[in-house]
Amino acid sequence: MTMRARGRRNTALAGGLGVALVLAGCGAGETSGGGGGDTADPSELSIDCAPYEEFGDLEGQTVSVYTSIVDPEDQPQIDSYVPFEECTGVEVQYEGSREFEAQLVVRVQSGNAPDIAFIPQPGLLATLVGQGAVVPAPQQVEANVDEYWDESWKTYGTVDDTFYAAPLGANAKSFVWYSPSAFEDAGYEIPQTWDEMVALSDQIAESGAKPWCAGIVSGDATGWPATDWLEDVVLRSAGPEVYDQWVNHEIPFDDPQIVEALDLVGGILKNPDYVNGGLGEVQSIASTEFGDAGLPILDGSCFMHRQASFYQANWPEGTEVAEDGDVFAFPLPPIEGESAPVLGGGEFTAAFNDEPATQAFQTYLSSADWANVKAQVSGPGWVSANTGLDVENLVSPIDQLAAEQFQDPEAVFRFDGSDLMPGEIGAGALWTELTNWIANDKPTQQVLTDVENAWPAA
Amino acid sequence: MQWFLDASTTGHKIALMVVAILLFAAVMGAILFAVDRPRRVPNWIVAAGFLGPTLLLLLVGLVYPALDTIRGSFYSRDGSQFVGLDNYATVFTTDSFQTVLVNTLLWVVLVPLVTTGLGLVYAYLVDRTRFEALAKALVFLPMAISMVGAGVIWKFVYEYRPDQPGVNQIGLLNQLLVMLGMEPQQFLLNAPSNTFWLIVVMIWIQAGFAMTVLSAAIKAIPDDIVEAARLDGVGGIQMFRYVTVPSIRPALVVVLTTVAIVTLKVFDIVRTMTGGQFGTSVVANEFYTQAFRQFNVGLGAALAVLLFVLVIPIIAYNVRQLRLAEEIR
Amino acid sequence: MTTTTPVMAPVPIDERRLTRAERRAVAARTKFSSPAASIIALVIAVLWTVPTLGLLITSFRPELDIRRSGWWTVFTDPTFTLDNYNEVLYGGGTNFAALFVNSLVITLPAVVIPITLALLAAYAFAWIDFPGRNILFVAVFALQVVPIQVTLIPLLSIYVDTGLAGSFWTIWLSHSIFALPLAVFLLHNFMKEIPASLVEAARMDGAGHVKIFFQVLLPLLTPAIAAFGVFQFLWVWNDLLVALTFAGGAPDVVPLTVRVAELAGTRGSDWYLLAAGAFVSIVLPLVVFLSLQRYFVRGLLAGSVKG
Repeated sequence: MTMRARGRRNTALAGGLGVALVLAGCGAGETSGGGGGDTADPSELSIDCAPYEEFGDLEGQTVSVYTSIVDPEDQPQIDSYVPFEECTGVEVQYEGSREFEAQLVVRVQSGNAPDIAFIPQPGLLATLVGQGAVVPAPQQVEANVDEYWDESWKTYGTVDDTFYAAPLGANAKSFVWYSPSAFEDAGYEIPQTWDEMVALSDQIAESGAKPWCAGIVSGDATGWPATDWLEDVVLRSAGPEVYDQWVNHEIPFDDPQIVEALDLVGGILKNPDYVNGGLGEVQSIASTEFGDAGLPILDGSCFMHRQASFYQANWPEGTEVAEDGDVFAFPLPPIEGESAPVLGGGEFTAAFNDEPATQAFQTYLSSADWANVKAQVSGPGWVSANTGLDVENLVSPIDQLAAEQFQDPEAVFRFDGSDLMPGEIGAGALWTELTNWIANDKPTQQVLTDVENAWPAA
Repeated sequence: MQWFLDASTTGHKIALMVVAILLFAAVMGAILFAVDRPRRVPNWIVAAGFLGPTLLLLLVGLVYPALDTIRGSFYSRDGSQFVGLDNYATVFTTDSFQTVLVNTLLWVVLVPLVTTGLGLVYAYLVDRTRFEALAKALVFLPMAISMVGAGVIWKFVYEYRPDQPGVNQIGLLNQLLVMLGMEPQQFLLNAPSNTFWLIVVMIWIQAGFAMTVLSAAIKAIPDDIVEAARLDGVGGIQMFRYVTVPSIRPALVVVLTTVAIVTLKVFDIVRTMTGGQFGTSVVANEFYTQAFRQFNVGLGAALAVLLFVLVIPIIAYNVRQLRLAEEIR
Repeated sequence: MTTTTPVMAPVPIDERRLTRAERRAVAARTKFSSPAASIIALVIAVLWTVPTLGLLITSFRPELDIRRSGWWTVFTDPTFTLDNYNEVLYGGGTNFAALFVNSLVITLPAVVIPITLALLAAYAFAWIDFPGRNILFVAVFALQVVPIQVTLIPLLSIYVDTGLAGSFWTIWLSHSIFALPLAVFLLHNFMKEIPASLVEAARMDGAGHVKIFFQVLLPLLTPAIAAFGVFQFLWVWNDLLVALTFAGGAPDVVPLTVRVAELAGTRGSDWYLLAAGAFVSIVLPLVVFLSLQRYFVRGLLAGSVKG
């Protein structure tokens, strides 16, 4: 292994600096071992090793990575580190767990922190920074982020004006899934504005069908899909400035503009004529697994399902995700103006020490090289907001669409607000209250006021 | 030294395991040998030899963390500031807390009673029948299933689908309702009955434990008692009521106590099935949420201390039983 | 003390014990005397088994079928697949055999160590007279209520400081600690059911505590030990939390459960895999239970207690 890695490094060096990405083998498709048809074999991808030389000789060192990304999405992650390992001789130890958040805090507080963790919530990042556990990002990483990411992404990895964590993967949440063939058969057009979308919903409802389906059950995180709905609409009805104020609690949580936004959501999710296609009454939204909620689209009992780009993994095997396939998604239309704002989420790379190997790996993960390698070894369902990512490297049309949204300099992007709010709210009261809002028909104003009251004192 | 810490091959791991067990046996043997001087050593030294290792482990692994938790409950969310009773005030003034407390009491009362009752009846009924081995294995089976597995199993019992053409029920209970011509129900959504549906899962898991221990106790009832009763014309339900139950009283206390304490701590079922929503949360779940989801260490500690307090009646009951037992002895 | 609070038969203890061995031979009788009793037992057995049967069937069904129709439909429209098991066993690049070995290596010492310690402690609480005995016993059993979660950070800190973190030792030690209060409590109960006269007799013969423990009590307790051993085996085998916390970051140490828990997928909705995973991990515990079952059928104290 060591021999091979060393040999690799020399070839790659000889291969020339400045070449961003070289496909060393013949073709991508036929060589992949067991990972699936159209992904590249990681050992045949190589990168420019020069950026990692300045960290010194790292041969034989290990870097441990701890994440919330588990089977089957973990394998592409592991594969994407191979070119870096071959450049530097560093061994990356990957560990993913569904109990990541709780476990990470336990490990950090016990002095057993991993070298690097991928943190999906900027709020959790801030908590860990507050405990003095996270090390600021090296200047190579900061340079990469300045070059490849939209400014807003950098702020999410910044705590108290110090930049700690570079963004990694991303997901775009402002999508409405639909069936192109069902739309075509019925003669429905993809709505371009909110009003058109409501008109379409009425039209479908009049035909006797339920236009929308939704589900917010997700184990101990039950309620999160409803928070995405609310955030998406606040971003559209009140605008990004108000959204920021709301997320940062500069305006009350139950500000009239937010009440209005939640009522707009209620106009769809709590409208018995609109929901819950193939799944039951309004109340059934609170008892349906989020992963199952879009499936009635396939049998025609539901027409639209608002869910993030990653939902493509939930379609059963054999479902074709394409603009002319079985299912596809359109951007959730804007309420005012032309272009639809984009709500998204993603992970951030936090380091718990400043060892050269750790920093070299951080640098790799923040580079365009990594984003492109990752795109090539991943199946559908992965995207990054890294503007150095070549959209053509992405397999799925939805991922490509999401990447284009991220790279569009005109588009307004905002991070998932519930991940930015304090945990009591974003992973607590807001989930509970919105679940109550649906399950027990709790009034909008009262829901938001109760969340406001739960906001922790500064 | 490294050999003891890094085991990466199968052979090495198994060797390490054997060495660990032998090492442990050797240490224990040495301790026992040291205290084994009949009649000359005072009792407390012998007791120390028998108890020492256990007490040491418990001190480090449970007592110290428990004390630290009690201390932490008087401190702020990150443990930096002393806040007195603020965390407790927060716990008791939260709107939903009353529901949480009531739910917890329901769990702690119902689960042990029903589990022990069912386990006892079942153990008694299958005792010394031809099918005993099979019958016991069936009820024991849920014990062998992990919490994750149990969550999935019960999902396929409670799952709701609307009663519409083209839509099939995938939850067993709703299928039965539909077959009886009734509307399918949202079992996990509607309070307060949803708490009972969750309690059913816990009873299902724990009954195997109760049955096993109680069955063994039933078998230990001296035959002459049973025979004497039979000669007196006692049989059936009376035998159960006046002979079996009184004879295995200590075992019943042990099972009730154990199941009650396990129930007090359990939150996996609530977490995986409802996430504590719809008014189903219990104290243990609130503790986990505060301590490990919202990282409010102070509040989490206060909730853990509340668990300690809730166990006091159970301890008191056991102390009383212990006294009674001493008197009989 | 003995187990009994004799209600019907005020027979002197000694006399009763003498006749017990003989009586037991006579005792093979059928309890299913009334049909009502058989029906109740049958109903309980069915209620307890059907949910698991549902999962077993589910684990062999295709993903889409699982989401679209109930498992009982296989009786009218059987469609089965081994895909779920294939993916669980061979997907994700995990070496299942290695995880199995890890689980085994974790479980055996985590069963043997606490049971041994608890037996000695239970003996001390039951048969050695020392000051503060009852208070100490109550304190030990009360420790059952401490949630494992509050111990994670203090324990892991100690392991990190002593350089044990990430090795099997941390898991063995932790499981032993967490098992002790319940083990002492249960074994103490069994221990006390042994008639005092047996212990007294041995003491008269000049036996010390160690000798009494090994020669008189231990043989009688074998079935009880086997029974508690099975419980402890199941708890350790199915444990996720301890393994995640203490074996975390050490791929050479993680057990089967960690992998099975991951089968739910990053967003926790792949239950068709969970169903298969649950059955893969249930196999060994079931074998252990069935092979030790004769102890459960016999009772927790070996044979009759001979005088």
